[in-house]
This record gives sequence, C-alpha cells and structure tokens, in this order.
Amino acid sequence: MIDALLLSRLQFAWVIALHILLPAFTVGLAAYIAVLEGIYFFTRRAVFLRLSRFWLRLFAVSFGMGVASGIVMPFQFGTNWSRFSDVTADVLGPLMAYEVLMAFFLEAGFLGVLLFGRERVPPWVHFFAGVMVAAGTLLSTFWILSANSWMQTPAGHAMVDGRFVPQDWLRVIFNPSFPYRLVHTTMAFFITTALVVIGVAAYHLRRGRHAEESLVMQKMGLGLLAVLVPLQILVGDLHGLNTLEHQPAKLAAMEANWETQARMPLLLFAWPDEAAERNRLELGVPVLGSVILGHSPDAVVRGLKEWKAEDRPPVAIPFFSFRLMVGLGVLMLALTIAGLVLWRRGRLAAAAGFQRACILAAPLGFVAVVAGWVTTEVGRQPWVVYGLVRTRDAVTPSLGTHDVALSLLVYVLAYVFIFGGGLLFMARLVRRGFDSDAELEPGAPAATPARPLSGATRVR
Amino acid sequence: MALDLVPLWAAILAFGVFMYVLLDGFDLGVGILFPFAPDDASRNTMMDSVAPIWDFNETWLVLGGVGLLAAFPLAFAIVIPAVYFPILFMLIGLIFRGVAFEFRHLSNRRHWWDRSFFAGSLVATFSQGVVLGTFVQGIAVDGRHYAGGSFDWLTPFALLTGAGLVAGYGLLGACWLVLKTEGEVHEWARRKARQLAIGVAAFVAMVSLWTPFIQPQVRERWFGGEHPLWLWPVPVVTTALFVFLWRSLARGRDATPFLAALGIFAMAYLGLAISIFPMVVPYSFDLWQAAATPRSQAFLMIGTLFLLPIILGYTVWSYWVFRGKVRAGGGYHS
Repeated sequence: MIDALLLSRLQFAWVIALHILLPAFTVGLAAYIAVLEGIYFFTRRAVFLRLSRFWLRLFAVSFGMGVASGIVMPFQFGTNWSRFSDVTADVLGPLMAYEVLMAFFLEAGFLGVLLFGRERVPPWVHFFAGVMVAAGTLLSTFWILSANSWMQTPAGHAMVDGRFVPQDWLRVIFNPSFPYRLVHTTMAFFITTALVVIGVAAYHLRRGRHAEESLVMQKMGLGLLAVLVPLQILVGDLHGLNTLEHQPAKLAAMEANWETQARMPLLLFAWPDEAAERNRLELGVPVLGSVILGHSPDAVVRGLKEWKAEDRPPVAIPFFSFRLMVGLGVLMLALTIAGLVLWRRGRLAAAAGFQRACILAAPLGFVAVVAGWVTTEVGRQPWVVYGLVRTRDAVTPSLGTHDVALSLLVYVLAYVFIFGGGLLFMARLVRRGFDSDAELEPGAPAATPARPLSGATRVR
Repeated sequence: MALDLVPLWAAILAFGVFMYVLLDGFDLGVGILFPFAPDDASRNTMMDSVAPIWDFNETWLVLGGVGLLAAFPLAFAIVIPAVYFPILFMLIGLIFRGVAFEFRHLSNRRHWWDRSFFAGSLVATFSQGVVLGTFVQGIAVDGRHYAGGSFDWLTPFALLTGAGLVAGYGLLGACWLVLKTEGEVHEWARRKARQLAIGVAAFVAMVSLWTPFIQPQVRERWFGGEHPLWLWPVPVVTTALFVFLWRSLARGRDATPFLAALGIFAMAYLGLAISIFPMVVPYSFDLWQAAATPRSQAFLMIGTLFLLPIILGYTVWSYWVFRGKVRAGGGYHS
C-alpha cells in the first residue's frame, strides 16, 4: 500500500543512498590528500604536489556536494520521522551533536585553507589543514556509525514512558555492533577511494599520458588495496558473526534460511518466496553455511520461521544485496592480486587488459558500499530500533500521502540533476589531468588570469 | 541532577542559530544580490568573497538543527513537521546554491549555475523567513505531535517574514561586499545597501507592529503591566543602529556598515526572543517541558563547553587567513 510511511521510507533511502556516495569517496580521499601533502612537505618532490592539486579539485566538487546533500539528512528525522526523534533523541541526539561539533566544524573550518590558502599560509600549516580535514571526516564516520549501530543493537539505555533514556554512555556509544560496523565501513570507504585512484591512473595510462603521476597513483592504490581487501574480507566475516549473535533474524534473511537447522547449506543463489516461506531454485554448497557461521558442520543456525511473520525482515532484498557485496569483494581481491603480480614483474603500465579492468572497477566500491548499506538497513526491518520500535511507529503522524509524494518527487528530480551534473563535471576534471610543473612555479602567472576562486579551478 | 542546564542550553542553541543567521545570512545575501551586479567580473569577485567560508557558515545550521534535536527533542519533533515544505524548499535551495560554487566553473552553461546560485539563495532565505513567521505565530499541538496540516504555514504573516528575511540577508550581503570589495562592485554594493536598509527598516517595523496582535502572550510581554520599561531600549537601540548604518554608508565607511547590520540583526533576534521566551514550541511547551533528560544534556554540555571555544578559535583564524579586500582575477590568492 502506498502511504506516507512507505513514501517516507523511499525518500530516506533515496537521500541517504545518494549522500553516502560522497563520504564513501571523500573520507578516503581526504586521507589520501593528507598523505600526498605530507610526502610533498617532507620530500618536496613535485609529483606529489601535482597529485595533490589534481585530487583537491575533485575533492572540492565532491565535498561541496557532500555538504549540500548532508544538510538534508538531520532534517529528515524531523520532517518525516518525528516520532522516532521524540522517542530516541535523548540517546541519539548527543551522538549526532558531537558529530557536528567534532567533525563538521573541523572539516569546514580547515577546508577553505586547504583549497585556497596554499599561498596564504606556511607550508606546514597547509599540510596541517589537510590532516585536520581528514581527521574531521573520520570523526564524522565514528559518530554517525555509532548512532546507526545503536539503532541496530541498542544498549546502555532504559525505557521511561515509552522514550529511551541513556543510562551508560560508553555502552550506548560502543554498542555491540559498532566496532565491527565502524571498521568494516571505514575500510570500505578507503577501498572505494583506492579503486577510483587506480581507475583514474589507468585512464591516463591508457591514453598514454601522465605516466609518472599515474604510476605513483596506481602503486599507492594497489599497496593500500593489498592490505585492506584481504583484511576487509576477514572483518566482514566477523561482522557477520556479530550479526548472527545480535540480529539473528537479519542474518537468516541475508542467507534466505527459513528452517532452524544444523548442516546448513551456503546458498549461492535462490529465489526467496516469502508467502510460501521457502526458496525456489536453490543452488548451494551443503554444510558450508554452518561451517562459516558456527565453525562446525553441526552448528545450528536459526531460520526465519522462528520469528512471527510480522517480525521478519524482507528476505529477497538483503539476500541479493549481500551476495552482490560479497561478489564484488571477490572481484576486488582478484583485481588486487593481478595488480600485485604485474607490479612485481614490472609490467603494470604495459598491461592493457589490467588497465582496462581498473577503469571498469573504478565505481565498484560505491556499488558495494550501497549494497552493504541496503543489506544492513533492510535487514533491520521491521524495526527502526531493533526489536524495540517498529518503523511504522516512527513516521511523522501529521503527514499525508500527497505531502510525501510531492517531497519525494522534488528530491528525486533535484538529486538526479545535481548528482548527474556532479558526475559529469568530475569526469571533466579527470580528463583535464595534471598541471605541468611550469604552472606550479611560485609567482608564475595563473594559467587563466581571469578565472575566479573555486576549488576546481583555483586550487594551488 | 542538581544543576539545571536548560537555561545554558537555550543560550548555546540561541547563540548557534544566531551565528548561522549572521554568517550564512551574508553569504545567502550575496547570492540574492548576484544577478543584479553590474557585470560578470563583479559577480566573480562576489563569489570569491564567500567561496572559502560558505560551507563553514552552513555548518551552524546543522548545529542548530541537531542541537535542537539533542537539547530540546520535543520541540524538534513538533516544529519541524509543522514546516515540512518550507524545510524542503530551504534544503533544495541550499543544495542548488551550494553546488553552484564549483559547478559554474566547470559547466559550459555558466549562466545556468549563476541562476541556480541566485534562485537557491533566494528560496532558502525566503523559506527560513517563513519558518520564523510560522514559529512566532504558534504551532498546533496534539499531545506530543504536530496537529496541523502540511500547508498551515501559508499565512500572510509568514510570507511577510519570508520577504523581510530576503531583504535582511540582502542587506547583510551588501554590507559584506562593502567590507570585502573595492572599485565598481564596492560602489554598487554601497548603493544597494542603502536601498535595502530602507526596506529592512520597513519590514522590521511591520513585523514588530504585527507580532503583538498574534498572541496575547506577546502583547502582554511588551505592553502589559509588569516591567515593560526595561524593554524600551530594544526599539530605541534598533532605531539608533539604523541611523548609524545610514550615516556610515553615506560617509563611505567600509567596516562599520557591516557591524551596524549585524547589530540590527542582533536586536531583531533579541526582540523575538523576548516575545517568545520561555516557549520553545509556541505556545504549548516551554524550554523545560521540551528539554532532553538531564543526563543527555549534561553529557553533551561537557563536550560543548570544551569544543565551542576551539571552534570559535579556528573560525576567527580562518577568516583571518582570508582577510582583506577580494580583488578580481588573480590577486586574491597571491
């Protein structure tokens, strides 16, 4: 049924799915820029300045879009989820406020100097500004994922008159799923950025230009992927075990597991039929599910039928989005191994097939992040605070169907336009490539003297 | 908990919202004035004057929203649904103006994004004024929920405050440009500031005269028996600031018009606070009824008292780095 509740859920999914693409890129990119600035500061090797200037232009565009689409997010809690706000604010409000105070101000306060201040402050201050912006993005990740994790695995609170009241802040912040989600998500963001970096490098290599910059980028990106991708697979497994312990219904949906059983198979493909409470077209590996989840063939895993139908999450969406995320992880691992082998043989730049694969892989991190996000958020349903507050009890009571239909339409049109434009313009910046050293000489006239101040054109 | 943190939280939140109004006020105002500038070179200078600071200014809006959620959650849960569409329009406006800073330099259709910068600034400002007017008029409440419809904000008074805020931010923007620019754009901004000063004075007068008739509480506060005498300085100082603004514009001063405009905003804000206090969901819930539990307020207060001075410190530093006049073309970054 189409009502204000369903439309509000679609609206939130839309604005957050598009917003998360930007932090997925800028968290890693801020750290990368800080590293580039740091290497340049200590070695004065010009290639690192050219790299930093190039990425700062893309950072300026994506960060501006991130700020603009990020302001939307907290207001959604008030406009469409006022009962959620009323019930949870005593616990979640301070976490979000700490995000603003510790992270948003830090990022925004130093961003201006990072983008426009290179010639107005001493080099070490400029480097410091880069470090502060990167620190801000990480602190933001910390607080918002703490709040999100509390909704998944609430802890440290009491209920008074139907509202959550904090009892133990450390247990609220470091709730059971938070450490896993924080590490898993932050690593996903870094991997996403690294894939973009090696993809952009591959694009320039394929066109036979910027070889020096591109090889530095690709080696830095591959080095990071070599560490993070295998580690991410391990952390993802631990995160899954944490979900099994604290949100078993979500895990059952992710695996489309209807029956509580030992020797549970690992399904590679299935078509879940929620009405019939079973799967069609199952294809799986016997016993492997129990081995992965319980570390024993005889481990018993709880199935969806243990919960009443109204307490179960949708099955098909988490099942498929989880498989998409894991499948992409395997592809990333293969790409990383191939890159390391070629690097070792000194054939990175010449390997046309690998470079083409890098270009195709550039957006895969974003897809995996959104797929993982969908898995965890849809898997939390029908709860907004897991096991305690239903999503349907969280929506703003005064909203009519038409109100939300109109606002959703506006958000969809506006975001398609803005994100489409952003993508186009960032592609243009990538095509434009790196500055030559002559443009970077101190006191050199700007290439286009009349160009005004923007991060994209004026980053020095 | 022995210590009542509600007054301190109200003060911090009021300070945060006021910082937002002042800071984003002038850069939204620059956007409102944008299409009326003499030429493209002036427009580039105008954009340059706010490019390094606009997103920092908007962060105060996020603090205002999230601070309200954290410190007075009931107010957040009731007031925001009452202004569902003004908030939507404000957010969309802020998006379209925010991305224009970068997009206009990358697009082949720069004029699209110049229009987007103007229209976004205008819509966001007008919407904020409507939110203000709706708030002052009072919000229908049923239990812990907003009880009205999604278009109840569409009233003559709220439209007046919307238009008034457009003029007000325009004035702040013009005075900012008087401070930060020179040459043709500077002279143009000075003329605009004088025109807008007259407009703002008219809006302040209209809103001030209208507000007491909306609500008995407000009428009682300003004209009632108790101590209305101590409120007299508010209109007197406001009038004096308008005179001061007018004269400093006429005498060719650069910095004092901006300070006078800030002062006018401060007095208008103070007048509003006097009218509404202690209500935070006018006229149903006061600050204490809408407050978060003391444990939440205390937990956040510890960090806020530590972080807010640091934030103000690097705000001042960032403005200091970009001090001085903005020059057209390459001069700005050298």
